[in-house]
Amino acid sequence: MADPIVMPSRLVRARGAWGTGFWAAFIGTGIVLAAVVPALNLWVPPGSAIAVPDYIVPLLGKYLCYAILALSLDLIWGYAGILSLGQAAFFALGGYAMGMYLMRQIGTRGVYQNPILPDFMVFLQYKELPWFWYGFDHFAWAVLMVLLVPGVLAFVFGWLAFRSRVSGVYLSIITQAMTYALLLAFFRNDMGFGGNNGLTDYKDILGWDVHAPSTRLGLYLVSVLGLGIAYLICRYVTKSKLGRVLLALRDAESRVRFLGYSVTNAKLFVFTLSAVLAGFAGALYVPQVGIINPSEFSPGNSIEVAIWVSVGGRGTLVGAVIGAVLVNFGKSWLTGAFPEVWLFVLGMLFILTTLIFPRGIVGLFRQLRRPSPQQPKTLPVEEQA
Amino acid sequence: MSAASVETPGEVAEDTGAARDVLLYLNGVTVSFDGFKALNDLSLVVEEGELRTIIGPNGAGKTTMMDVVTGKTRPDTGEVFFRGKEDLTRLDEAAIANLGIGRKFQRPTVFENLSVFENLELSLADSRSTWRTLFAKETADRRAKIEETLSRIGLTTQSGSLAGALSHGQKQWLEIGMLLIHDRQLLLLDEPVAGLTDRETEETAALILDLARDRTIIVVEHDMAFVRSLGARVTVLHEGSVLAEGSIDYVQNHPRVIEVYLGR
Repeated sequence: MADPIVMPSRLVRARGAWGTGFWAAFIGTGIVLAAVVPALNLWVPPGSAIAVPDYIVPLLGKYLCYAILALSLDLIWGYAGILSLGQAAFFALGGYAMGMYLMRQIGTRGVYQNPILPDFMVFLQYKELPWFWYGFDHFAWAVLMVLLVPGVLAFVFGWLAFRSRVSGVYLSIITQAMTYALLLAFFRNDMGFGGNNGLTDYKDILGWDVHAPSTRLGLYLVSVLGLGIAYLICRYVTKSKLGRVLLALRDAESRVRFLGYSVTNAKLFVFTLSAVLAGFAGALYVPQVGIINPSEFSPGNSIEVAIWVSVGGRGTLVGAVIGAVLVNFGKSWLTGAFPEVWLFVLGMLFILTTLIFPRGIVGLFRQLRRPSPQQPKTLPVEEQA
Repeated sequence: MSAASVETPGEVAEDTGAARDVLLYLNGVTVSFDGFKALNDLSLVVEEGELRTIIGPNGAGKTTMMDVVTGKTRPDTGEVFFRGKEDLTRLDEAAIANLGIGRKFQRPTVFENLSVFENLELSLADSRSTWRTLFAKETADRRAKIEETLSRIGLTTQSGSLAGALSHGQKQWLEIGMLLIHDRQLLLLDEPVAGLTDRETEETAALILDLARDRTIIVVEHDMAFVRSLGARVTVLHEGSVLAEGSIDYVQNHPRVIEVYLGR
């Protein structure tokens, strides 16, 4: 066999991970996202070909939230081999926490004008606020819950699963079961989360009208910032030594144990972090789309996230972002133009990324740029225990 | 068995007669899988600083013995002690590894999607805590240690290439290097020369003898020429227990061993 290409050692590359090249690309992308869209929205007269009309702004913000959700899945799936098919559950829980805050901001402006109880509670004849709704009139409490609730659920769920060495397809199945169980629970009116209808009809967030174009632009900018922070966190983790431990356990889990690392702890850490990021994405999503209901828990949503990640390129953070934005852009366009073909396209994307380009769009570009003979040809499979 | 083991003291290099501490102690270990006894009342003592080879036909329990010592398999009965006080039957794989017991698998298992350098980096004797690993810094110290190991296993020029791109023999050495860099006191090597060329086998034997000067090593092997070249005390396993123990010449002339190896 030919001599493997000698690359500079990891120490050199580790510095490269946070070098000026990276920061230039990162900040450049941030400026484009944060400056171009507002400029095209505010200063280009509506009707012009390049104008971004007001209704497009929250749509773009929604894509960015999906991009954060995709990052959260890529962190565990692409780097640690944990295919969670319940990632949308953490997203929805974060969304519900934010929705509860927004509901309590409505106050007397609701249909029933009850200063404490949201409309659906009055309708369902609640006499007083359930205990778990306390504190949600404070934004800080809501933000804390946005991060804490998905984090704690993931920690407990992950502890039970990883300690018992549940992995591979079994883990995927129980995460599907988890999101399905939450879907059924949140459908119930007695749960106290608005049942089938969910939480909607929001009025304002931190005093700003959620329907005002300026608030929507502000939420979009917060989403850009949120995506940037989420990306930096994921990059830090994946470029750290722990990131290398995760890659190692993805490929040869028991070998990592014999080296003395706790596979359970490493997986638990990254799974919990990923759930917190997903919850954060959900919280940014809800004020922009104006509703959260139990359908966000539906198992199909979580599977779609996995498709975004594999289309963009699993195991590359940029790929997750690109995949989420492109697939959702395609979905918005196709469901408008040819609604009946969307599901076929989605299924086709899944087959194509599995069979023809398993490294996704980013992998395809990297292959075109420099064909690398030292790359193992196959994606790692779960190690047989 | 004990009478047999002192029969040819001159042949076994380490047998200086001085009493040494017992490093690994297995007593009456039994492991059964669905009624099949992979280990059957196995007792084995390995002293500190010893180089021991373990041979035996397929299914004799060699790999199961390693699984028990490294915590992968829990014995049904019996005791396994390390340094006289650590009860290995109560610890998991990671805890046993952190006691200083390293294992090389039968099939070379290196982390194929990491570079050779990174494979060694993960094997360094650093903190294994998830939190500290997240914030670990790469220091010149650690780098020097990795480079020293790279040259010892002859992979300096492959430092930056993916471990998956190495040849079979290079993977075996990388795996040994991963055990070496951690300064483990006890190394378990499962068929380290399986599938190697003659030349690579010779180099591996030299590497193991070099390593054995400052640590205890247990080698499981089929290749009799290789076992002979190590010149160490040999334990023969058969049907999950010890059949014979002593020098290679003693073992090869042992009537029961001949029967087991050639009689079937």
